Amino acid sequence: MNLFGGAFAWILDPAHWSAGPDISGHLLEHLAVSGLCVLIAVAIALPIGIGIGHSGRGRGAAILISNIARALPTLGLLSILILLFGIGLLPITVVLVILAIPPMLAGAYAGVESVDRQTIDAARALGMTEWQIVLRVEIPLALPLLIGGLRATALQVIATLGIASAFAFGGLGIYLINGLAQADFVQLLAGAILITALALVVDGLLAAVQRLVVPHGVALGRSNPNDPQKRARAPRPRAVQEGMQS
Amino acid sequence: MIEFREVSKTYPDGTRAVEDFSLVIPARRITVLVGSSGSGKTTLMRMINRMVDPSSGTVEIDGRDISKIEPVRLRRGIGYVMQNSGLLPHRTVAENIATVPRLSGVSRADARKRALAMMDTVGLVRTLADRYPSQLSGGQQQRVGVARGLAIDPNILLMDEPFSAVDPIVRAELQQEVLRLQKELAKTIVFVSHDIDEAFLLGDEVVVLEQGGRIVQQGAPEQILAEPANDFVATFIGADRGKRRLTISDAASRGDDRVLVDAGGYPVGVIAAPGGRLAVGHPSPKSRSISNKTDQAGDA
Ligand SMILES: Nc1ncnc2c1ncn2[C@@H]1O[C@H](COP(=O)(O)OP(=O)(O)O)[C@@H](O)[C@H]1O
Ligand SMILES: [Mg+2]
Repeated sequence: MNLFGGAFAWILDPAHWSAGPDISGHLLEHLAVSGLCVLIAVAIALPIGIGIGHSGRGRGAAILISNIARALPTLGLLSILILLFGIGLLPITVVLVILAIPPMLAGAYAGVESVDRQTIDAARALGMTEWQIVLRVEIPLALPLLIGGLRATALQVIATLGIASAFAFGGLGIYLINGLAQADFVQLLAGAILITALALVVDGLLAAVQRLVVPHGVALGRSNPNDPQKRARAPRPRAVQEGMQS
Repeated sequence: MIEFREVSKTYPDGTRAVEDFSLVIPARRITVLVGSSGSGKTTLMRMINRMVDPSSGTVEIDGRDISKIEPVRLRRGIGYVMQNSGLLPHRTVAENIATVPRLSGVSRADARKRALAMMDTVGLVRTLADRYPSQLSGGQQQRVGVARGLAIDPNILLMDEPFSAVDPIVRAELQQEVLRLQKELAKTIVFVSHDIDEAFLLGDEVVVLEQGGRIVQQGAPEQILAEPANDFVATFIGADRGKRRLTISDAASRGDDRVLVDAGGYPVGVIAAPGGRLAVGHPSPKSRSISNKTDQAGDA
């Protein structure tokens, strides 16, 4: 308790919020680098995942590649990249993007796969093009699971950046490294608390978004026990986790 | 007019769903493809809007080989109503009905106007326009499906067992609605059903199918009833069970009407017999649809 009290006092100490590279600076840095990595991961994984979900092809390959990406030792890979490119933004970004792709990919294809096949078939029979099916039917209905994938991705990146940044970059991980190096456990714990808090806040915000994007008609259907189509849809965030582990 | 010429379909898994099928479907009438499950009805119907392409043979619409028409364009010109409505769950009733007009570039406001008009046509109150499919009953959902199929005023309307998932009373209502609409709109309707009573009620032309899309008999309901082509048809239409063989009961009667009973002794209707003589007539489809209204509701 003493240690925790000390850590919170350390965080709240105005001196740590004003001088030079202070907490807010590291926080912003952490957020910016995480955001960049998540953005790149989304740009790569979202179209591929949606493509897999839409076509039903390439799922096996995606799972294989995801498993390989997850099995890579993050810190080992980071060390190699630092040796190759030097300390800086590039190595950390590469490592985090590799880490961030699997959950985003899983969220994307699980989301699109969860859309009722008959709904898609009907859309096609009406004369929608494949693009229109993706944009007007599959993505709107998959959105809750897509955001679920984004949540998992953001959590992964924010947490890992806390550890990895100690090697190569600033961010909140700096307090972990300094704390360890100086045997300053108050600072170490303060760093851990800050990273956890940031992760929780981001996750909370995305959870709120996830609830907001459930299409109105689908949300109504869930609360209507008489709805005959209900079983076919009702995507639940859990499916994302299942998809990630498969 | 829709023409199948020696059409076969083998699915990638080797299932031979349709073999050497030829049929001319007349314009502006209701043709019912009727057969038991797996006889290839859905496959045949989906060849008309290229949701399925034949493995061999051709399908023509008004003399044009449809394999030369781009599928998306073809589908936007053909109404399609499916068994479980296939409505988009994230769109309102009006938006669902307006889907195809919107795809074809009709403005939002015009498409909504048209959707509301279509709701009138199929007997949906306009207050449902901004509801979502999940808030409607099964029967209402099917009406929305029909309205959506008709929204672009297509010449051809495909209906694949559209009422088989709703309860019998609502089904009877919807069947009457189809007859009423057809009187107004005179579309080329291809209707798939596994229910011979529904086929006889709705069909100007009824095509009885066996496995592999083999045509066992084809003709007006009266013809098929009068002369079942073989035992299969006789069994299928229930003639062998005495369901169709009616006798005039001498028991109950009121005025000049006489009660008809089937072979099991169940009363099925009354027949006009002025002065003790049976009246022979040829009721037009119009009178058939009206007189059947009460019968169907009673069946339920
Ligand atoms: N996509 C498909 N792949 C493989 N077999 C199919 C497919 N669709 C239908 N079939 C098979 O083709 C046959 C005819 O099916 P279908 O046209 O749906 O008949 P119906 O509508 O009369 O029940 C059935 O044996 C069915 O299992
Ligand atoms: Mg079928």
